[in-house]
Amino acid sequence: MKLSDVHRIARLARIEITEAQAEETARQLNDILAMIERINRVDTAGVAPMSHPLDGVQRLRPDVVTETPDRERTMANAPARQDGLFLVPRVVE
Amino acid sequence: MSATAPAGRPEHASLAQLGALLDRRQVSAVELARLFLDRIERHRDLNAFLDVRPEATLAQARAADERRARGESGPLLGVPLAHKDVFVTRDWHTTASSRILQGYTSPFDAAVVERLAGAGMVCLGKLNCDEFAMGSSNENSAYGKVLNPWDRGAVPGGSSGGSAAAVAARLAPLATATDTGGSIREPAAFSGVTGTKPTYGRPSRWGMIAFASSLDTAGLLTQDARDCALAFNAMLGFDPRDSTSVERPPEDYTRHLETGLDGLRIGVPQEFFAAGLEPEVEAAVRAALHEYEKLGARLVTVQLPNAALGIPVYYVVASAEASSNLSRYDGVRYGYRTADYADLAELMAKTRAEGFGAEVKRRVLIGTYVLSHGYYDAYFLQASRVRRVIAGEFQRAFAQCDLIAGPVTSGVAFGFGEKSADPVAMYLADLYTVPSSLAGVPAMSLPCGFGRQGRPIGLQLMANHFDEARMLGAAHRFQCATDWHARLPPGF
Repeated sequence: MKLSDVHRIARLARIEITEAQAEETARQLNDILAMIERINRVDTAGVAPMSHPLDGVQRLRPDVVTETPDRERTMANAPARQDGLFLVPRVVE
Repeated sequence: MSATAPAGRPEHASLAQLGALLDRRQVSAVELARLFLDRIERHRDLNAFLDVRPEATLAQARAADERRARGESGPLLGVPLAHKDVFVTRDWHTTASSRILQGYTSPFDAAVVERLAGAGMVCLGKLNCDEFAMGSSNENSAYGKVLNPWDRGAVPGGSSGGSAAAVAARLAPLATATDTGGSIREPAAFSGVTGTKPTYGRPSRWGMIAFASSLDTAGLLTQDARDCALAFNAMLGFDPRDSTSVERPPEDYTRHLETGLDGLRIGVPQEFFAAGLEPEVEAAVRAALHEYEKLGARLVTVQLPNAALGIPVYYVVASAEASSNLSRYDGVRYGYRTADYADLAELMAKTRAEGFGAEVKRRVLIGTYVLSHGYYDAYFLQASRVRRVIAGEFQRAFAQCDLIAGPVTSGVAFGFGEKSADPVAMYLADLYTVPSSLAGVPAMSLPCGFGRQGRPIGLQLMANHFDEARMLGAAHRFQCATDWHARLPPGF
C-alpha cells in the first residue's frame, strides 16, 4: 500500500489524515496486509463465500409502519438542530 | 453444590445464591443494589464503570421488590447486573467507549437489556470496553484503561474488559458483554471469570452497537456456568427486530447442569497446542482435560487445519463490516461534531478523525481498502471463502466429538503497553478464539488455574451450533469438581 493509497482510502472513509499520520498509517496497514496475505495460500476453488455463520436467509416482513420513533428523544442527541431538523452546512447553493 | 450464600457476604454470592436469598427475604433488591453501588464507588480505581446513576438503579430495585411483594418470583428478579457500554440504554449514557458518542442517550433499550430487565434484573450501570469493541486489552477505550483486579499492572483483556474486571472484583454478580472474535472469552480468561458466547443469532443484536454484524454475539461474564445458564434463559431468544435472529422454540439452558459426563467425547485440536502456546497455559489446560477424563469424558484428537488462518480472515471480514457499520458516525444526527468546518465533507472527515481512536480508524481504513475496487476479490471474497473452509472443519470435528476444548489465550494477561505499539501482535492474542467466532458456534472460557504473578488461566470449551446447554452442563460439572472459579482476587 502506497502513501497515495492511504490518502485515497482515507478520503473514501471520510477520515481526515495528515501527511505525517499517513506515513505511520501506511506502515501499520502494510504490516496488517502482510499478515492477511496468508489467506491467498488456501485453494478455495469451488468454495462459496460465507456471509452468515448459519447461512441464514434474510427474513422479510410486510412493509408496514410498526413503530414511531420518539422525535424529541431522538433529536436530543443532535449536535445542531433547528425547527425539528438536523442542521448541516449549506450543500446546495 | 449448595445455593446458600456465606452469611453476611452477599457481594460474593453467585446469581443462583442471590436468587435464593431474595426468595427467602433474607435480603431485598434495594439492599443488594446499595451494596454493589457502594463496592463500585470504593473500587473506582479499576475504571470498570463508565456511567453509574444510583437513582436509576434504586428505582429498578424498588420495582423488583414490589414485584416480589406482589407474589412474583423468579431466579433473576431483583438480582443486579451491569451492561457493557455497547448495549444502548435509555437511563444511562451509551458511548461504546468512543469519544464520538460522548454523552449519547439512546431513545430505547437494547433487546438484551429489555429482556433481562423484564426478568427483574437491576442495572448497576455501564461498563468500560475497547472502543466499539475493537481490541484485546481494553487499552483502546477513550475513557481510560481498566485494571485487572488480580494484578493492577496487567490488562483485564478486551474488548469486554470492564465486564470481566467488574465480575472478577464482584462489583456486579454478572455482566453482559459481546464477542466478535473473542471479546468475551479472552477477558474472561485474563480476569479469572466464566465468559460465554452463545450461538450466533441466539441473542438479539437489536440495540447492540454494531461492529461486525455477521460475527457480533451478545453473551455474559459470570462467576460460574450455572449463573450463565440461568441468565441465558431470560436473555436469549428470537427477536423479529434483528434480521439475523434465529427463530427456534425457547429452551432451558440449565437442563444439562446435572447431566453426568460419562461417554462425553471432548475433541482436542492439535493445532491449539502447537508452538506459541506458553508452557504454563498448556500445563493448566492439560490438567483441566485430565480432570474431564476423571469425570468420565473421553479425549479425542481432532483437526482444525486452517484455524491459524482465522486471524487474517477475521481482520478482513470484521474490518470490512466495521467500515460499513461505522459510516453512520458522521457528526450530523448524533454524537460528537468537530468545532470548525467549511463544508459538509470537512465536517464529516474532521468529526471522524477527532471522534474515533487510532485502532478504530485503522480498522475502518483496512475495511475500506479490502472492499475497494480492485481488492474486493483478492481480500474480501477470498476471506469469506476461507471462512467457509474453517467453518467446515468445525463440522468435521464435531462429527467426531461432542465438545472441543483447548486454551483461550497463548499466555496469561500481558502488561499495559506491551502490545499496544504493534497492532499485529495484539491481533494474534485472539488466535484461539477467532475460529469459533467465524463458524458462529458457542464457546466459553472457564477458570482453570493461575500462571506467573498469580494471573488467571482459562480453559476454552466450544460446542456445535445450538448446543450451548450441553457445553454449560460440562462446564458446570468441571466447576463442581474444582474451585478455580470460586477464587477471589486479593483485596476484594
